[in-house]
Amino acid sequence: MSDDVIVADGLRKEFTVRVRTGRLRREKRRVTAVDGVDLRVARGEMLGYIGPNGAGKSTTLKMFTGVLTPSAGEVRVCGLRPVAQRTRLALRVGVVFGQRSQLWWDLPLGDSFALLRHVYRVPAAAHAARLRRCRGLLDLDAFLGTPVRQLSLGQRMRGELTAALLHGPEVLFLDEPTIGLDVVSKQAVRGFLGELGRAGDTTLVLTTHDLADIERLCGRLVVVDHGRVVHDGSIAALHERYGSRRLLVADLDAPLPEPPVLPGAPLHRQEADGHRLVFALESAGVAEVVAALAGLGALRDVSIVEPDVEDVVARLYRSGSGRDGDSRRDHGD
Amino acid sequence: MADASGGVLAAYRALLGAQARAQTAYRTSFVIDVLGNVGSTVFDVLTVLVIFGVTRELGGFTLRETMVVVGLSTCAFAVADLLVGNIERLPRYVRTGLFDAVLVRPLGALPQLLLMDLPLRKVSRAVFGLAVLVVAVGAAGVEWTPARAVLVVLAPLAGVVFFGSVFVATATVSFWWVDSGELANSVTYGGRDFTSYPITVFEGWFRAVFAYGLGFAFVSYHPALALLGRADPLGLPAWVGWTAPGVALVAAVGAAAAWRTGVRHYRSTGS
Repeated sequence: MSDDVIVADGLRKEFTVRVRTGRLRREKRRVTAVDGVDLRVARGEMLGYIGPNGAGKSTTLKMFTGVLTPSAGEVRVCGLRPVAQRTRLALRVGVVFGQRSQLWWDLPLGDSFALLRHVYRVPAAAHAARLRRCRGLLDLDAFLGTPVRQLSLGQRMRGELTAALLHGPEVLFLDEPTIGLDVVSKQAVRGFLGELGRAGDTTLVLTTHDLADIERLCGRLVVVDHGRVVHDGSIAALHERYGSRRLLVADLDAPLPEPPVLPGAPLHRQEADGHRLVFALESAGVAEVVAALAGLGALRDVSIVEPDVEDVVARLYRSGSGRDGDSRRDHGD
Repeated sequence: MADASGGVLAAYRALLGAQARAQTAYRTSFVIDVLGNVGSTVFDVLTVLVIFGVTRELGGFTLRETMVVVGLSTCAFAVADLLVGNIERLPRYVRTGLFDAVLVRPLGALPQLLLMDLPLRKVSRAVFGLAVLVVAVGAAGVEWTPARAVLVVLAPLAGVVFFGSVFVATATVSFWWVDSGELANSVTYGGRDFTSYPITVFEGWFRAVFAYGLGFAFVSYHPALALLGRADPLGLPAWVGWTAPGVALVAAVGAAAAWRTGVRHYRSTGS
């Protein structure tokens, strides 16, 4: 047995949608939300699952947690079949769906936590220890006595995270955990998840629109589009594969008579009438380029611009999907 | 999972406790709610009494006999409505995706929904329904035998199970068809009204469908005949009145199967 916590083979989900085609006529159409996803996630891994709206991220997560029954394919989470063994699996995974609450709306937040101890049959001591840790890391004390419906979104999300962790899950699924949060709450949530990931025994799978989440947290990035995995690997591998490069920006005292040709670092663009040259670092190192430029004289300042994941992914979506791409990429759900 | 069963019961008890706390947080308003809730049930019974103000018999049954039918029906429906009736909200849970939250918890989906929504204020209706049954049976001059003593307990329980199954089965339709509320209501509330009268007052295909197609004749009509020792004017043998628990069991098995299929068919929402 391998130590993979999540194993998916050829996972598919189709929906039948009825479309109005005339005054009274309706036509059934099959829509494939998830189209053959193969995935293996090792214990302790932090996996970012991204894709445009409608790419099938949430649907996949719901098949991992036993909410939705797959149309085809195999899936095992913690060695269990999610739908058939739903309640057993629920004891071992935690779920935060950004737009669905696990908390009791009318009860104080603290009461929800107490209830969840019974729901998940957690020994009192373990529950208290985990709650103490979350209270410290997520600053819950100020609003533990407030009914959940009166919490701000940021406070509620911190409550949701705690609620999902009180039974010590092996895998934590997060669907858009930072959506709609202000900067401070976002940082609190990311900091907390980072901490959790570094501790190493919880596997984290998170879907998000916010690539900053991924850059801070996830060593591995899975990009899905139209229900298929279009990239699976590290962020660096994504840059490599899609040709996103670090840029070297050179400011000059005076424009050069003609643009320099540097091996391994083609000129990306010129700005400010040739006072600023931007090179793409392909095979050349920073030192070589700087040395070459210095040799040409008049070098005033140099800076390096790291590639932007957002940029790469946007390009990835565009290249992968010409059809109805824009309507899928707008905001909302 | 060694502690599973005891732990699960404690979990359900905790859910029920939370629900009770939330609902009784404002005591006065809860008491008013409880009392106010009796209203419609009382009205249903009054309707029957008013009819007997202008006629001496209804479908061949006297007031005292009819009241046994009414008592069985009211009691069974009120208790089922208290325990299971809020499953009517399922379409809303399906539409808003709240059902997701239920499915990711380590408990049965149906018991969770029922406990999280248990309308305690409806307790007054159940008490009233039971009172009507007790008074009606007492006034009907039943010739008691041990078998009838068993039946008078079993029949309302079977009625609760039957109505509960109808609630669940009709709500299940919303897994396929979200706007199914009206259809569900016409079966459940139509069924309740149907069981409040001797079925001899109805006619033709309507009676055939509700009485035997859907099985509502076994909730109050046939058990009442058996308790009263009356032959069925429609000609079914006397033992039919004793089959109510069996019919309820069949309904429960059917409802459970429908529920299970429905959950597998659940599509969740967009995100």
